Amino acid sequence: MVSVRSVYTTPSSLTYHDLPWIIRHREDRCTLCGRCTSVCPVQAIYLTYRRQRVPKLDILKKKRGNEYRTFVGIRQKTTIENKCIGCGMCAMVCPNEAIGPEPNSNEDRSLFHMHQNGEAWKRGGRRNLPGRTILDRIVFNRISMLTDPALDAGRHEFSTNTILGRVLSPEEFLRRKAAGEWIPPTREIFPFVIGSMSFGALSPNMWLGLLQGVAYCNEVLGIPVVMATGEGGCPPWVLKSPFLKYIILQIASGYFGWDEIIRAIPEMQCDPAAIEIKYGQGAKPGDGGLLMWFKVSKLIARLRGVPEGVDLPSPPVHQTLYSIEESVMKMIQTMSMAFGFRVPVYPKISGSTSAKSVLNNLVRNPYASALLIDGVDGGTGAAYNVSMDATGHPIASNLRECYLDLVAQGRQNEIPLFAAGGIGKNGNVTQNGMALIMLGASGVHIGKYIMQAAAGCLGNEMGRCNVCNVGICPKGITSQNEKLFRRLDPDDVAQRVADTFMAIRTEMKKIMAPLGRSQTLPIGMSDALGIDDAAAAERLKIKYVC
Amino acid sequence: MCRLALKTADTPFSPYEVLSAMEAMQEGYDGSGLGLLLRGIRFDDFNYKGDLPILSGIAHSEAALQRLNGFMEERGYELKYDHEFDMTPGLIEAEDREKYIVRVYKEPTGVDKSEEATEDRYMKLRLALRENGEEHGGDLTVFSFWPQVVIIKEVGWPLQVGDALGLNDGRIKARVVMAQGRQNTNYGINLYACHPFFIQGISTMTNGENTAFIPIREWLTGKQIPGYVGYQSDSEVFTHILHYVTKKLKLPLEAYKHVITPLKTEELDVHPQGEFLKGLRTVCRRLIIDGPNAVIGTLPDETCLLTMDHKKLRPATVGGKPGVWAMASEICGVDAMIPDRDRSLDFQPMREHTVIIPPDRKEMVIWSQFDQFTLPQAA
Repeated sequence: MVSVRSVYTTPSSLTYHDLPWIIRHREDRCTLCGRCTSVCPVQAIYLTYRRQRVPKLDILKKKRGNEYRTFVGIRQKTTIENKCIGCGMCAMVCPNEAIGPEPNSNEDRSLFHMHQNGEAWKRGGRRNLPGRTILDRIVFNRISMLTDPALDAGRHEFSTNTILGRVLSPEEFLRRKAAGEWIPPTREIFPFVIGSMSFGALSPNMWLGLLQGVAYCNEVLGIPVVMATGEGGCPPWVLKSPFLKYIILQIASGYFGWDEIIRAIPEMQCDPAAIEIKYGQGAKPGDGGLLMWFKVSKLIARLRGVPEGVDLPSPPVHQTLYSIEESVMKMIQTMSMAFGFRVPVYPKISGSTSAKSVLNNLVRNPYASALLIDGVDGGTGAAYNVSMDATGHPIASNLRECYLDLVAQGRQNEIPLFAAGGIGKNGNVTQNGMALIMLGASGVHIGKYIMQAAAGCLGNEMGRCNVCNVGICPKGITSQNEKLFRRLDPDDVAQRVADTFMAIRTEMKKIMAPLGRSQTLPIGMSDALGIDDAAAAERLKIKYVC
Repeated sequence: MCRLALKTADTPFSPYEVLSAMEAMQEGYDGSGLGLLLRGIRFDDFNYKGDLPILSGIAHSEAALQRLNGFMEERGYELKYDHEFDMTPGLIEAEDREKYIVRVYKEPTGVDKSEEATEDRYMKLRLALRENGEEHGGDLTVFSFWPQVVIIKEVGWPLQVGDALGLNDGRIKARVVMAQGRQNTNYGINLYACHPFFIQGISTMTNGENTAFIPIREWLTGKQIPGYVGYQSDSEVFTHILHYVTKKLKLPLEAYKHVITPLKTEELDVHPQGEFLKGLRTVCRRLIIDGPNAVIGTLPDETCLLTMDHKKLRPATVGGKPGVWAMASEICGVDAMIPDRDRSLDFQPMREHTVIIPPDRKEMVIWSQFDQFTLPQAA
């Protein structure tokens, strides 16, 4: 017997019942092939020898006793660094359905121990708050029943595109046209944009798959989808390719990758769709981009002009700038000029109660092309858990407030607002996006949804997976390790991108047709919206329905 | 569903003719109201000189009438003619109709007679009177204050309203008559919600529903242009967009169609003025209408126009002969107004068409959106 007192436990010693995910392993089905242990991204499970007592009863001798057998079993590690992340890859590779993680219905004690060695918990994913969002609860209820023949989503022609770029007032447009002056560039794009995910955060295969899919949507399906790069540049072959026109290049506070971009300008075959200047991100307001050293591979290091294997934290602010007014003056104008005033340049900010002030500054600047507001439910490849869970502003009311502010000034057509952060969080991507459009957005950016739909990202808002930051993505989406990302076939990703956007386009028509809208995207058509929450209805200035 | 009828003729005719056309189109129509606009007025008992403004509206009480008199006198407007309708009591459902106002006024001397100032003054006076009525519990309704224009709006079956006001007695005649037969049923019943709508001489009426109403209203309101008020009906924005395009942007009439139902990008790519029109579509994006509509309009110079929604989801026909033309939402309406025309020359505009009857009424001009038009900015 071992005395209990001598059992060594540390403050962070946990049992598997304390962990968020418990591995259920069925000895009777297991063939000990070892696939599960080798695929597990965090080495949470291991093969181990165990001894089992087999009760023995010798009836003739009237004697009871035990026999012991030794077997090889699979067990779960309980250390914090090896705790099961619930990705379920073990179940995916098991030929006999002998293993898989199950959520622990008890409390998760590991939460109290995530800051080992004084390191605050960093992870990927988005705010871990499951359940229906406000956007999920919005219904489209102004159905044209009275005087209209209903539109037919399957047969009628629908205009589902939006405008990205600064739009002049009609008076000013006509004046400038007559005087032969500069008209700000605009792009006609699909209102669901693949949001900024950097080449670095995403694996080369994921990135290539997305780009292939986007090109297919544009060139074959006629859906003008664009995608944003995120900070970290763009592979030179893309910069010099005709696909650049489908890409929004992001410049952020670390300026990673911009050397390559600037050098490529003379060789560009076409202009990029737009330039996005990142001032903030919904997932981690007040924090810069973060590419952890695990993911800074040789290729990434070359693109970003940095040494291999170092953490790349971008500062929270653009260091050369004092305020957003100054930024608008300098950065937006500089970027516009670099591309010959032919490319829309717009800022991306975190959802915030101060978003309106930023917007009002932009309205007065003739070069600002749009404003992208990223809400608290936005995803990221790497951030502190506390930033993700507790910092930020939900997108719905933030966007609505900004839109109504523009309406009050009569400028709602001039600065298009784009919304992001939690669109499609529960899979309702078109419904969420159209709700935001009718609240006043000109379009929405989707990142996490695209990873989930187009590449099978396993992360969810109950803490599942969420390891994008350390480069061990079990699906190969956010890893720079070739052994992992070769699991992802770019052609399959491209196919899923096309599937996704075709379905979104059809669903958009299914929403627009009963509302009697087909000629233009119903931006700001708030009379069509209802929600089963009186307080939210009042805040969003839409109808309360029950 | 709304029924629309318009007749334009060189010789003034009784508005009752157009009401008869409304009667012909009665099938499938709820007959809940009448909106009537008369342009190019001739009074039987008053030698009307066309340049004096006419006030149209309803005083719902004696007090309102007195207030109106005071209001106009205070501002130096001299009453030149006060039309008394030969009323048949009992035919109008509403009871608070003290007096249907059709009054010709002479402006005070010393006012700025320039065209723009005069147009602004007329509109501001109308808006002030409307506001005055609204401040007093809606006891005064004002539809227009403009030379050559009379507007009548009432709840009830159109022909019955015409009978109640004795419109068949020939005491008022006009060269252009627009009639619409329905009170707004999408929103609350309100005389201001009844077509045709009017601003600075421009008027339109519409059948169908404009589903993009709220964003358009928000944009027009945000422009803070005097007169862009009301919006008790989703169709009022059609009038204001026509006003905005022709008066504020000073674009030719053809541009109206390009603003409310622009062509697709692929179509504009091959249009001779495609680049300009794409830009116009972008800057006027909030004015794109949506929904099934036929829009019938008239301008101060007695130009009449008819245009369709982008999918041609509503019917409308134009027919006639030199000197007299009719437009109606149903072909039987055109038949009723001009039976002795060559029906083979009737025209039903498709999605790209704007039919224009110029003031000389010699022919109908069928203009397609795919055609080029004269526009310095697009050159």
